[in-house]
Amino acid sequence: MRCGIVVFPGSNCDHDVYHVLKHVLGQEAMFLWHDATDLKDCELIVLPGGFAYGDYLRAGAMAARSRIMSAVARHAERGGLVLGICNGFQVLLEAGLLPGAMRPNRGLRFLCQDVYLRLERHDLPFTHAYRDVRVARMPIAHAEGCYVASDEELDRLEAGGQVVLRYGDAGGGRGDDDPAVNPNGSARAIAGIVNRQGNVLGMMPHPERCAEAVLGNEDGLPLFRGLTEEHGRTAR
Amino acid sequence: MSRSKTPSTFHARVTVMPRRAVLDPQGRAIHQALKRLGFKQVEEVRAGKSFDLTLTAAGAEAAAAAVEEMCRRLLANPVIEDFAVELVDGAGDGRS
Repeated sequence: MRCGIVVFPGSNCDHDVYHVLKHVLGQEAMFLWHDATDLKDCELIVLPGGFAYGDYLRAGAMAARSRIMSAVARHAERGGLVLGICNGFQVLLEAGLLPGAMRPNRGLRFLCQDVYLRLERHDLPFTHAYRDVRVARMPIAHAEGCYVASDEELDRLEAGGQVVLRYGDAGGGRGDDDPAVNPNGSARAIAGIVNRQGNVLGMMPHPERCAEAVLGNEDGLPLFRGLTEEHGRTAR
Repeated sequence: MSRSKTPSTFHARVTVMPRRAVLDPQGRAIHQALKRLGFKQVEEVRAGKSFDLTLTAAGAEAAAAAVEEMCRRLLANPVIEDFAVELVDGAGDGRS
């Protein structure tokens, strides 16, 4: 599968994603510069983590208005797969490809730690490879990861099954008001959402940082494997 | 004073504030620090951003309209922020 990883000035997880796709999963992977207008026929577009444009103004705000994002929006409209990780999720929100916004973490600290994620759906290209796994452990590393949206929007997301990942406890239980469970204070403990068509996913945790046994955690690997295995699949 | 339609220079100040309903942890932290300094009379602090823009426009109305469009498209995020535009010296710099 042809996979394109967008590189903004300040992206810093681009090589990690490239490594997982190319060397761990043996896919065709390439970098796409933010100023490009062409996605080079890539079927999967990944917006990686980092601090695009220094996160000036708001996290993801400048990157969302860069030239390549028009092409990414067209790709998404046609049903193409788009995965935004951490800063990439912030870019998708700022670009309006996913609803809501990010605010500074409730405790104001930059958080760099492992979290447990409840997998709320297993029927998406992003999650189907998890099969019967209900809880995954992944690292987060962000200062602005407190997801906010209006109550109506949150209700719409829940009703439409668009909440894909939620911060939970190790046993898969909820603890939305517990900082040990939902460390950044996200509304409804949301860690990842998908668009209505099911082909654009934004998530704060970093699956690319836990996709190899040598790293001590492979919980992120099924996400990439599922995407590259099932790329022909039509999203709901 | 020029009555011609040549564009003149305007200065605008944009204030962007988090919406009332949106949690503002930064404002809350600043509030706590003020209280620690003895400013017990402070009831609330909200932290926002301000931008000073210098631009050319045909007139004050056009300048304000352009800056409001900039706010909607980039300077503010309508999901979480409100903005206000103020022309600092709406008559231009008087030199054009």
